Amino acid sequence: MGILEGIVVLVFLLVGIFFNSLGVLSLYRFPDVYTRMHGATKCSTFGTLFTGFSVIVYSLFRYFSVGETRFLVLIIHTLVAMAILLVTNATGAHAIARAAHRSRIDPKFAVVDRLAEKEGRRRASL
Amino acid sequence: MSITIFSWTVGIYAVLIVLIFGRLIAGPTIPDRAVALDTMNSLVVAIMIVLAAVYDSVVMEDIAVVYAGLSFVSTMFIARYIEGGM
Amino acid sequence: MFVFFASFLMYLVLVWSGGKIPPVEFAVAFLIATVLALSARTWIPSYRFSFLKTLNPLRWFTFLYYVFVPFGVALCKANIDVAIRVITGKIRPGIVKITPDLKSDLARMILADSITLTPGTLTVDVDDEGNFYVHWIYVQDENPSEDAIYGSFASWARRLAD
Repeated sequence: MGILEGIVVLVFLLVGIFFNSLGVLSLYRFPDVYTRMHGATKCSTFGTLFTGFSVIVYSLFRYFSVGETRFLVLIIHTLVAMAILLVTNATGAHAIARAAHRSRIDPKFAVVDRLAEKEGRRRASL
Repeated sequence: MSITIFSWTVGIYAVLIVLIFGRLIAGPTIPDRAVALDTMNSLVVAIMIVLAAVYDSVVMEDIAVVYAGLSFVSTMFIARYIEGGM
Repeated sequence: MFVFFASFLMYLVLVWSGGKIPPVEFAVAFLIATVLALSARTWIPSYRFSFLKTLNPLRWFTFLYYVFVPFGVALCKANIDVAIRVITGKIRPGIVKITPDLKSDLARMILADSITLTPGTLTVDVDDEGNFYVHWIYVQDENPSEDAIYGSFASWARRLAD
């Protein structure tokens, strides 16, 4: 029981750590703010979701072996935290992207920029 | 056994947060720093979720929920500030 | 009214700790939910509540199915895609325009969030006519079809919230 629980938790946590590290790595590897946002938002959301899944799996194992309801409470609160994180991260990234574009930060190496064409300004970097 | 794994995970996430500080300080534009701060916030939420399992306390999970909401509000404020609406 | 029910249930879920909930918590939940519902009405005057659309359980089950099956699969694909791009560094970014023709704000929000968390795309701006400006990390086509960007998500958003 203990070994199986440890292995499942370890697998989930390794996936979470892997994606969170990729999110941090993408902050340094990509050239401009939009591409950085791709890596940082997606990978950190996914990694944190998997971290939450590992806590849920751990609490489920504990609940079935010990049988105390406070592990069920832990599961419910983790689910609430994950749902809030899923919604707020995407919306926050969208807000930062829009603000960056409105404050005239051009995407580097962009092949096309329809939003700047619509606003009628020329692209500075190409 | 799981508790040991969780503790090591918290250590690794703490190292990742320290690594983010580089982008937070060096970022050429303000949106870069905002993105770094956003990533840092979601890592802090991950740490809080894991620590709630380590210390077996549900209160820490509630703090994670509130922290996620507050970090979203602060991100919105920073975005509005970058746009120049304030 | 929807805000009232949502915050009432949310408070009870967060306050539940194994046993029975004491009656005073119900009173506190009622008070908080009333304050939140009234302030939401002040902030969003155009919001109207309809029992048929909001409290329809079929709609909620469709929403849960959407979150776990099509959206979850797309989320996994997106992360593997981004992981490969972070490691190899192969990018060709650009901002493209698509017109999914959605009316309600909620449907636009669902679609924008879905676009942000699916492969290689990030919503930058939505204008009043409903045009989405999407940052695409590997542009294959400068005037893309809707299918290339988000697959069937627009019809899902229309079913869920329009």
